[in-house]
Amino acid sequence: MSNSQSKNSQKKSKVSRRRFLGDMAGTACGVGLFGLGIGLYSKSANAIKPLAIRPPGALAEEDFLAACTRCGICVRDCPYDILKLAQIGDDVPTGTPYFTARTGPCEMCEDIPCIPNCPTGALDHSLVDINKAKMGVAVVVDQETCIAFLGLRCEVCFNVCPVRGKAITIEPKHNKRSGRHAMFIPVVHSQDCTGCGLCEKACILEDAPAIKVFPEHLAKGDLGHHYRVGWEQEKANGGSLIKAKDKHQYNLPEGVRYDYEGVGLITDEAGNPIIDQSLIKPKQKTELKENKKPVSNNPLDILNQGIKEAE
Amino acid sequence: MVAAKKNEIIGKEAIEKKGWWQSYKWLLLRRLSQISILLLFMLVPICRWLSPEADCALGWIIKGNLASSKVFNTIPLTDPTLLLQMLASGFSKIAMDAIIGAIIVLVFYFLVGGRVFCSWVCPVNIVTDAAFWLRRKLKLTGGARFSRSIRYWVLGMILVLSAVTGSLAYELINPVSMLHRGLFFGMSLGWFVIVAVFLFDLFVAKRGWCTHICPMGAFYSLVGKVSPLKVRADARSACDDCGECYVVCPEPQILKPVLKGEEKGIFPVIQAGECTNCGRCVDVCAEEVFHFGLRYKNNQSKVNKAIGNKHEVIT
Repeated sequence: MSNSQSKNSQKKSKVSRRRFLGDMAGTACGVGLFGLGIGLYSKSANAIKPLAIRPPGALAEEDFLAACTRCGICVRDCPYDILKLAQIGDDVPTGTPYFTARTGPCEMCEDIPCIPNCPTGALDHSLVDINKAKMGVAVVVDQETCIAFLGLRCEVCFNVCPVRGKAITIEPKHNKRSGRHAMFIPVVHSQDCTGCGLCEKACILEDAPAIKVFPEHLAKGDLGHHYRVGWEQEKANGGSLIKAKDKHQYNLPEGVRYDYEGVGLITDEAGNPIIDQSLIKPKQKTELKENKKPVSNNPLDILNQGIKEAE
Repeated sequence: MVAAKKNEIIGKEAIEKKGWWQSYKWLLLRRLSQISILLLFMLVPICRWLSPEADCALGWIIKGNLASSKVFNTIPLTDPTLLLQMLASGFSKIAMDAIIGAIIVLVFYFLVGGRVFCSWVCPVNIVTDAAFWLRRKLKLTGGARFSRSIRYWVLGMILVLSAVTGSLAYELINPVSMLHRGLFFGMSLGWFVIVAVFLFDLFVAKRGWCTHICPMGAFYSLVGKVSPLKVRADARSACDDCGECYVVCPEPQILKPVLKGEEKGIFPVIQAGECTNCGRCVDVCAEEVFHFGLRYKNNQSKVNKAIGNKHEVIT
């Protein structure tokens, strides 16, 4: 009796163990699929780098998406009511705060009320000077329709810019078309631009503005790390990094000589470089002879080579 | 169960015996709590809407939403599951406000019972309760059956998801935060998610979302496992097997062991973390078997009295 009972329970436990394992596997698979779905959705939802602009002090996008609880306290604290929380289906990850510069730019409050109540630090509490904010960078996107480029006076973006005279400057340029006027071209300096979007709001063009604020990673390129901007290095080091006695490496046409000790290019009296035939390798010599066309002094002629012939 | 089928209106017997208020008390208090919490968050927006000129900023009793909020602009509150996801995502520079806020919330729900969040605060509860009510009215039975422990897997899954994506990925679709946020900041397509939860609960699985899937509920269940405030069944010997509590309870599987466990020596306290402390069982029981109490105290002496004079003991 007891024997059969134990056998029975053994059988039972085997069956229930199998069922248990099956249930577990099923659950794990189901939940895994659910997770995969959300994961893939998040990849696409977060990958659309928002054109909408984040509030001042927002961390870099990857950190921001981990830090922002989507509580909307910043939305509540904004005295101008420009901030919105993204709704599902928007181009911005669900629930995260943003503003649309064209309709409601950041008014650059001096006390930055949207930041201090942010519970997680998704909006960086160490930002206390609104002029140091980096919400984005304004870009003069349409240099064909912007009326300054058409030769008209406008400068509205320059005049509304809260970092006046620094973030946007007006650079006079010769108006080639008329031949005798200046064009007053707005130029954005990303170093000082806060991305508030007041210029985008103020732009006098209809619907779409000529100047737009973009998140910095969309607006700016990334200079290769091997480039050194000489004049900036000079400023930082209090002088040129290249000493007078350093021998320069010049990519000069073959046979042309350059004297680095102050004389410069070795030329004849007319200013044309003297070709030292002894420096030219014999193979190149023959090539030079074959190429009978004289090289134009205007580099544009070389760039445009073939365009006219094709036409 | 037999009696429950006989009584078309759940709690009819209780109403007859205890009166209307005693039979709906906890349900009404719960709805009051849910709605007043929504209203508290809405005070200033409503004020601004009514009188755009007035300075309503003083009215910020609580600002934000259930994910994070500030009480009187000073005391931070943060959803601890959100903080967990944040930690899992690898974001390490979390400001103190969020950590303090999560601790405050955690301590509060530890004291009153983890899933008090679910039944007394969460706005989705109103939606799923409505689906359950309609399901009963339409006499819909059956549907998909799956394990109630799935929610713990989902909780683990959303943490892994945060780690893998490095973001709060679950927040993209979390219906709980979506509804609460949407009510104050705009829902748009979010309504589809809420309708989906409603229809899921109505047609696919009985009480499908809250008691099977929701990872927030799972987290608060874990908190509730150690909470001191519990539903007790000290007077369980008075139970007349009407089965109404099984019908109204969102987690009926936790009732039976306690209700029928006297011989097995099971403590007369619903210790399971899944209990939401909604108090509906307290409402519908005509025999006044259930009451809220602390989990530790053994009320045996009171029980003896209870059997003699039930109305005195219920506190």
